[in-house]
Amino acid sequence: MSHEIIEVHTGAAPGGQTNQARASRRFDRRRLLALVRKESLQAIRDPSTILIAFVLPVVLLFLFAYAVSLDVREVRIGVVLESDGAAAQSLAAAFAGTRYLKVTPARDRREVAEQVVSGTLRGFVVIPQDFERRLASQLPQPLVQVITDGSQPNTANFVANYAQGVVQTWAAGRSVSAPAAAIQLEPRYWFNAELESRRALVPGAIAIVMTIIGTMLTALVVAREWERGTMEAVLSTPASVIEILIGKLLPYFALGMIATLASAALAVFVFDVPLRGSLLALLTLSAVFLIPALGQGLLISAITRNQFLASQLALFSGFLPSFLLSGFLFEIDAMPLPIQAITYLIPARYFVSSLQTVFLAGDVWSVFIPNLAAMAAIGVLFFVIAKRKTRKNLEA
Amino acid sequence: MSAHATTVSGHRRDQGVAVVIDNVAKHFGEVKALRGFSADIRYGRLTGLVGPDGAGKTTLMRIMTGLLVPNGGRVSLAGFDVVADNDAIHIASGYMPQRFGLYEDLSVMENMRLYAQLRGMDADQHADIFASLLDFTRLGPFTTRLAGKLSGGMKQKLGLACALMAKPRVLLLDEPSVGVDPVSRQDLWRMVQALTDDGMAVVWSTAYLDEAERCESVLLLNEGKLEFDGAPQELTDRLKQRSFRLTGVSDERRAVLSQALELPTVGDGVIQGDAVRVVLREDAGREEIDALAGEVGAQLEPVQPRFEDAFIDLLGGGPGGTSALAERMHVVELDSDIAVSCQDLSKHFGDFIATDAVSFEVHKGEIFGLLGPNGAGKSTTFKMLCGLLKPTEGEAHVVGLDLRNATGAAKSQLGYMAQKFSLYGLLSVRQNLEFSAGVYGLEGAAKRQRIGEMIETFDLKQYLSTSPDSLPLGYKQRLALACALMHRPPVLFLDEPTSGVDPITRREFWTHINGLARKGVTVMVTTHFMDEAEYCDRVAMMYRARLIALDTPDALKRASRSDDNPDPTMEDAFIHLVESAELDDAADATAKAAA
Repeated sequence: MSHEIIEVHTGAAPGGQTNQARASRRFDRRRLLALVRKESLQAIRDPSTILIAFVLPVVLLFLFAYAVSLDVREVRIGVVLESDGAAAQSLAAAFAGTRYLKVTPARDRREVAEQVVSGTLRGFVVIPQDFERRLASQLPQPLVQVITDGSQPNTANFVANYAQGVVQTWAAGRSVSAPAAAIQLEPRYWFNAELESRRALVPGAIAIVMTIIGTMLTALVVAREWERGTMEAVLSTPASVIEILIGKLLPYFALGMIATLASAALAVFVFDVPLRGSLLALLTLSAVFLIPALGQGLLISAITRNQFLASQLALFSGFLPSFLLSGFLFEIDAMPLPIQAITYLIPARYFVSSLQTVFLAGDVWSVFIPNLAAMAAIGVLFFVIAKRKTRKNLEA
Repeated sequence: MSAHATTVSGHRRDQGVAVVIDNVAKHFGEVKALRGFSADIRYGRLTGLVGPDGAGKTTLMRIMTGLLVPNGGRVSLAGFDVVADNDAIHIASGYMPQRFGLYEDLSVMENMRLYAQLRGMDADQHADIFASLLDFTRLGPFTTRLAGKLSGGMKQKLGLACALMAKPRVLLLDEPSVGVDPVSRQDLWRMVQALTDDGMAVVWSTAYLDEAERCESVLLLNEGKLEFDGAPQELTDRLKQRSFRLTGVSDERRAVLSQALELPTVGDGVIQGDAVRVVLREDAGREEIDALAGEVGAQLEPVQPRFEDAFIDLLGGGPGGTSALAERMHVVELDSDIAVSCQDLSKHFGDFIATDAVSFEVHKGEIFGLLGPNGAGKSTTFKMLCGLLKPTEGEAHVVGLDLRNATGAAKSQLGYMAQKFSLYGLLSVRQNLEFSAGVYGLEGAAKRQRIGEMIETFDLKQYLSTSPDSLPLGYKQRLALACALMHRPPVLFLDEPTSGVDPITRREFWTHINGLARKGVTVMVTTHFMDEAEYCDRVAMMYRARLIALDTPDALKRASRSDDNPDPTMEDAFIHLVESAELDDAADATAKAAA
């Protein structure tokens, strides 16, 4: 990228010797600036860029923050109160008072049974007619009946265990005299004390957003130039391949960083995800992640030169792997070994784990540095291949 | 402009060679785009790179700009080898690719700035050069308009301005006149003239053979071979005393043409308005054609040969005059004399008016042309007439059937051949035929018989199991026509049937169409080849969504006749009509403002 001037046989050239010298440089800052300016204007004026860079991320973040939840919360169950006794009433109130269940009260089990069949309720608890008698008796017999919807096993398990727990807590609260358990286990969850999946998902979603901007958008905008014939016109000017490529990437790098900041702000201020690490660490990680993301986009567009194919390739080689194999939704440790091996090739894997660390734990550079190195290495590889595939002519 | 181009004016006219083409060859896989030929292109001259689509024009252009590497031979531009001195080529040449290479999201000025900076122009040089280019292209009032919102003609001028940045010594224009209305094309000729006068070498590639006559020098390409290199006059001079016009045969002109083409001494013939134009073969006497003229009571007068005549002659003459297809067609009987009609037909796409209150009637057995530049609204009008688009206002009838409530019945009465033939590339020729027979409801013995007929008439037997994509162009066209005629429709719609087709295939096509019209088939055709309108009985000219004229080709030409131009072409007629339509508009606007 040095300012070397290649020899030009000017022959019977007209005036403007300096013009010729400048024009024949392999790298010229002014040409690069012209290209960056052009690209930025296009990005700002094209509504689809704004849609992909800002609207789509917001929608995605909202989806992962609110719609996709790996937690069980507010499961709808029915509570059938067949007894009128005070104790029965108080147990029913205990059910209604929990955070995780949403109770539909009933007097007859037939009312709720139908709703379980139709799927409105996930199960129901019957507090029987002889509840007071059972409570008084010393015999170990079940106090209540729990019926759950076995077509959703996880939820069914949860309802059964949780109902059991409610009854036990309620019983323990009643008999103050009852001996407390000698040793009590109290689990503590580090980094995400309430085990809210949102806290792990939102940082991961930022990685997805960056993949979309870096890979998908870049692949599309380069392919668009081929399709519209503008690439042919630019290639016929003295601009060099390096200038054309960098001119394409710089604006999208900036766009990616802006989108990261916006997403992080959204995560912290709207979704209540803590940012325990520093902003500097977050920006460094994002900047380095953009190397492989942009490189991949460039490589795709160098191969296809067609918007439809480019978007398909970006989807399959960029978006889906960073969705499925990055540890964002599915834990990598739980994957079969061969798949685990593949995840090492996915730059998003390093980014997701770094993001989760920077948001939930803090600046742990011993985690970041190997991740940064891996992302940079994959990125450089993409760039080298992309540069080789892009020639300054139209030969396929 | 002179201020801008003075630096090149050191090379006055005829000062040496700008481009040397030395035995250049290029192939893409199996396809041989250029088959090895040599030629020189000179400074101070407009050189036409002329030939039908697929002749190799764009490939040669791209080699000259250093965007493609030749497989054999050498090309040098302004003294630089296009491969070895690739960077220098980009400085010495200005190139306008097809579709002009403009960024549609950028304004006129932003596009110009971008290309100026990419070509290494200093900011302080900008002001005067920009001013002279804007003045030259008359884009001054539109500098802030986005390139995507410009008309075809204005895009072309902007593309030219961008290619002219930093004073190239060789200007390469790839099909600059495609998608541009004749008025703007006129402007471009004027600009190019000014540039060559200043010593620049300008190469203009085109598939329109009539444009070749305007070039000072022509490279005529066909199938990757150089057929002719020299002044167009030289080529047409070979046809002196061989081009004739038969007049006074207006009602029988199609029959006369058909008979004339069957004469061994006649190499080529076309319909030209009310007359028939024929070209005799080399060294042929005029006895036969004299005899024919006497027989049908026509006057025979010698005319100026055209470049297209010469091109056909160079390739060994056109096809014969009998259409085997038309021979087989039954004579069409209709209840009414009106085959197609529309009243106040309009189509709006949001705010955009594509077709504005168009009305006309087409008679049975008429060849009716819709003529106009790209974007004038002919395709939209056409699609409403064959039931593919719903009109916003107005109504359309085909064989008396209202397209609004009898779309299905109307469609069964018409055959439609879409642009670019639209055949199924993954089906074989036979399967394509079977498919179109099937969609038109033919079954069993009738279907087999009709397909058999088509195969025989169009001589498709040898290609039955091949894909349409690998057919020669002429056969592809035959197949598309066979598919559209499978159900023997009384009305045939042809959308740009001859764009991208070489002149000989076009001749063959019109032989079929003439034959069909003689059997009473009504033919609706759109075209942007102005000279092709001569084949039509009547022509509707569209410009900016409106019908600006509707008459016979001869009447349209007559209306634009002036002392300067006693024998106007269809293109002259079109320019005349557009100009008077614009004058009317201006007068209306003034009248409104006054009121």
